[in-house]
Amino acid sequence: MPTERERRFVGPRRGQFVFAVGFLAFSALLLGQIGSQTKWTDNTALFAQPRFWPGVGLFGMAVLGGLHLWRLPWRHATRYDLWEVRKWATVLEFAGWFMAYVFLVPLLGYLPVTLVFVPALAWRMGYRDRRMLMICAAFAVVVVLLFKTFLGVKIPGGAVYEILPGPLRSFAILYL
Amino acid sequence: MELILSAIEILMRWDVALALLTGSVGGVLIGAIPGVGPAVAIAILLPATFSMDPIVGLTVLLGIYGSSMYGGSIPAILINTPGTAVNALTTYDGYPMTTRGEPRRALSLAYSASFFGGIFSVICLILFAPVLAKIAPMFGSREIFLAALLGIILVIVAHRGQSLIAGALACFGIFLNTIGLEPVKYTSRYTFDQPFLSSGVNLIVVVLGLFAISQAFVLLTSDDERVRLTKLRGGMFQGLRELARHPRVAGVAASFGVVMGMIPGVGEFTAQFMSYTYAQKSSKRPQDFGHGSSEGLIAAETANNAVPAAAMVPLLALGIPGEALTAMMLSVFYVHNVVPGPGLFQNDMDFVVALYLALLILNVLVLAFLLFATKSLIQVVRIPNRFLGVCILTLSFVGVYSLRNSATDCLLAAVFGVVGYILKRLSLPSVPIILGMVLGGIMEVKLRAGMARVKEPFDFIDRPVAFILFLIIIIVLTVHILRVLKDRKELKEAEWQTKRSSTRFGVLMSRRRNSFLKDRGRTVRARHSKLLRRLTDLI
Repeated sequence: MPTERERRFVGPRRGQFVFAVGFLAFSALLLGQIGSQTKWTDNTALFAQPRFWPGVGLFGMAVLGGLHLWRLPWRHATRYDLWEVRKWATVLEFAGWFMAYVFLVPLLGYLPVTLVFVPALAWRMGYRDRRMLMICAAFAVVVVLLFKTFLGVKIPGGAVYEILPGPLRSFAILYL
Repeated sequence: MELILSAIEILMRWDVALALLTGSVGGVLIGAIPGVGPAVAIAILLPATFSMDPIVGLTVLLGIYGSSMYGGSIPAILINTPGTAVNALTTYDGYPMTTRGEPRRALSLAYSASFFGGIFSVICLILFAPVLAKIAPMFGSREIFLAALLGIILVIVAHRGQSLIAGALACFGIFLNTIGLEPVKYTSRYTFDQPFLSSGVNLIVVVLGLFAISQAFVLLTSDDERVRLTKLRGGMFQGLRELARHPRVAGVAASFGVVMGMIPGVGEFTAQFMSYTYAQKSSKRPQDFGHGSSEGLIAAETANNAVPAAAMVPLLALGIPGEALTAMMLSVFYVHNVVPGPGLFQNDMDFVVALYLALLILNVLVLAFLLFATKSLIQVVRIPNRFLGVCILTLSFVGVYSLRNSATDCLLAAVFGVVGYILKRLSLPSVPIILGMVLGGIMEVKLRAGMARVKEPFDFIDRPVAFILFLIIIIVLTVHILRVLKDRKELKEAEWQTKRSSTRFGVLMSRRRNSFLKDRGRTVRARHSKLLRRLTDLI
């Protein structure tokens, strides 16, 4: 049965202890580097020191993070924390999809990669019917046309566009 | 009058009109899709608005901000799922009205209340603008530093029960802002000799990671839900008549929205909570609240729609954003070399009034759109979650990559996406990180400038505005500490009441000794240390 302190805690129990320990360790690690990663300049007031604000941030992180850990109703990790960490790790796959998309766009071009990326990720998410995949392809085309062709956001043309013949090459680099 | 005419002149352009239309319709659509929300949309569209005129870019973003709450009430009322986080209170009275067969009445009342809230706040602020123009120049470096500090403190204390971790995350934001080359001495800070860190961590990269990519991860790892929609029959105009029967509730709720919106770090939730509580306490039928009360619905929707215009006040007058959405808008100003703050009110008052007029027009457009298009619009609620996740991840790429065409920015955004996902799983706030980044930067610059002419510590607060702000900070901190102490006392009392074993210190120590000496205690400790070891290995 949960205690009164546990009942009043805002948020779920799973993962809280691991996060609090990780956050404190991360803060302490960075705070330990403050001597080598920032400089203390002579003849400069404390508030204008380059070290002052990173110090404020990291000191606040370490102290408040430590207090948060101390005030947590749980003092040890359980199997639910382990399961939660595994759940966090599952999104690394989608981060990988995103980074693959990022690396492929400058090589193969925005339109071709988006046209493959959106239906492929939709397929991975379990959408198998043709109608859904067509919607995904249409969405990909609309995104490219809206952002690159009409709004002119800065996304470079793919390296493969270089092999296209003259006018088509310029058009593809500028708009696709 | 002359000011309003010149403001209208700024707005009389085809691109501004298009921006108004896109912002209002887009905002309603985004708000109506549960799981997207204005923060995600603004984060994605932010880089795209950099190539536009400031008034056009800001109108699109303001449009999304102002109209998303109208759209958010649709799923809140029809399927008991708030479209945006601030529509959560709408479900209390909106959904019960749907279940008893009055969805049309609930929607029309929500639109009317939202419209009243939006218009009321814009009119208040247009009338209030000349006063603000007089007050704003009283803010020098010290006052802006203190106002930013107050904003950060308010954001932290507003997270009741989580203020320690909210403070730690705000400090994380302050730290993130310091990474890179220091702007005065040109020394590097926490770059670890990596060239990509020399230019610092871009705010938009963090915003996109924490709001857009993390939301994509949440949707991609969730299941699609089957949505059953109630059919809407008849017109949508009855809400306007019903709203007119509750002028007191609507007026007070809109006033709460305006006041709370102007205070950095407070925003919609507090305004809604206060106006809902007021409406319930002053109602003749308080028992109806939470079971489909029209007054409850009016209080919630009026208050949250009065906030966006008011939230622009600290941003425009002092350059201090009060929450994540206005923090994102600040970057649009900076990109166009328009520095919000006292100078803007003195030199470009017509620009400020034009923004408010744009919000006014926007509310009219949104109401007209919703009154006639709701029946078709409600279909967007059916978009499956995981497909939405795919769409957001695809759009996030545009937002991050178009900034500097940098793969490392995308990598950082993905990392912040994972951090944002973890924070969402743990119900921890990510807004303090963003405000820490923005307000930390402001505090660093203003403290350095403010301390240049200060000989003794008390010189810092020798001006009236600085002294008042300092006093407010002290009051806020004192109230917060008293509240924490009261909560702790209540917790202790509750613990003592529910405790069955002895609470005497000696007995506690004896129990502890037994747990160390007995076999059962050893087994439990061994199991815990084994789990901890497995966890450490995993990390």
